[in-house]
Amino acid sequence: MSSTATVTPRKNIWTGGTPPMNASYGKLMMWFFLLSDAFSFSSLLVAYGLIRYSYPAYSGTIESFTFSQDYWPIPEKVFEAFPGMHAIGIESAPLVFVGLMTFILIMSSVTMVLAVEAGARMDKKNVEKWMMWTILGGFTFLACQAWEWSHFIHGDGIGSIAKILVSGEWVDQTIFGANLHVNQYGPPPFAQLFFFITGFHGFHVFSGVVLNFLIFYRTVTGMYQRRGHYEMVEKVGLYWHFVDLVWVFVFTFFYLV
Amino acid sequence: MESQTSTEPQVQPVDKEKVKKLWLVAGYLGIITAIEFGFAFGMDAGVVRTVIFILLTLVKAFYIVAEFMHLGHEVRSLMWSIVLPVIFILWLITALIIQGDALQM
Repeated sequence: MSSTATVTPRKNIWTGGTPPMNASYGKLMMWFFLLSDAFSFSSLLVAYGLIRYSYPAYSGTIESFTFSQDYWPIPEKVFEAFPGMHAIGIESAPLVFVGLMTFILIMSSVTMVLAVEAGARMDKKNVEKWMMWTILGGFTFLACQAWEWSHFIHGDGIGSIAKILVSGEWVDQTIFGANLHVNQYGPPPFAQLFFFITGFHGFHVFSGVVLNFLIFYRTVTGMYQRRGHYEMVEKVGLYWHFVDLVWVFVFTFFYLV
Repeated sequence: MESQTSTEPQVQPVDKEKVKKLWLVAGYLGIITAIEFGFAFGMDAGVVRTVIFILLTLVKAFYIVAEFMHLGHEVRSLMWSIVLPVIFILWLITALIIQGDALQM
């Protein structure tokens, strides 16, 4: 890809007068913000790996797996619920719900990139249409995550036995669901990391939906049409794709591995 | 398109090739995710499966960053100033693997 023109005689692009990276200040700063955000998320996922492998792994067969405080749980045994699955007689749908969430987020990324494309053509109607779909996708993802958190917190009603320190003595207690102290699925850090990592990502999705709505509103009121360009759509689009990018990694390291 | 006030810029026609390519990239992302599901259920957990997952994830990340975020088509200096600092993350992971004796050497 030779994107830079080499027809004109060589002139130092860094001496001023031209944008050397061929991008506006706002767009560059969005990129560098996303880079710093990538560091934050990487640290969280690296911490997940570090803590996970400081606990013993489950060594038996998948069929005989039960939740225990003694080893790290297998994710597909934890995340196997789908709204309404018991009503139609399905006992377990491992990873199907996260698969749906991944699909929703990828689709909303596609509609975002189509909104950016429409903006580059000054096509107000289509920017409105695709931003609408993007916002809808973001809301749906957040709703899915709310359901998943709720299910994770309340548990499946069966529970598992954990040793809890009560007044200086270790007692066996049946645990239902999860909180930051204890959870039925595995060692306490499992739920802590779940809440923190998916929560931090979910907060990003929420911020993204708010920004998307702002962009949508300003498009509808004709602000960008008057301004003469839709670069804000592009900048917020970068943020939205980044949220999708992070989810790709969270999906792999939290749910698949 | 309906008429807009005359001072506003004109709507340009859709670049069909460009839009087609975007949907193609979305298709790749969907297919790779489907392959990941295949491995999740068709293969026993282990180092090999983890490596496959990480490689497929990196392929997906490449498509999102290069095509959706358009970084693959930006000026080279911008591209490298975003891509190169990621080396610090790789350094962190490598350092932890070595210091933590994760490979049991």
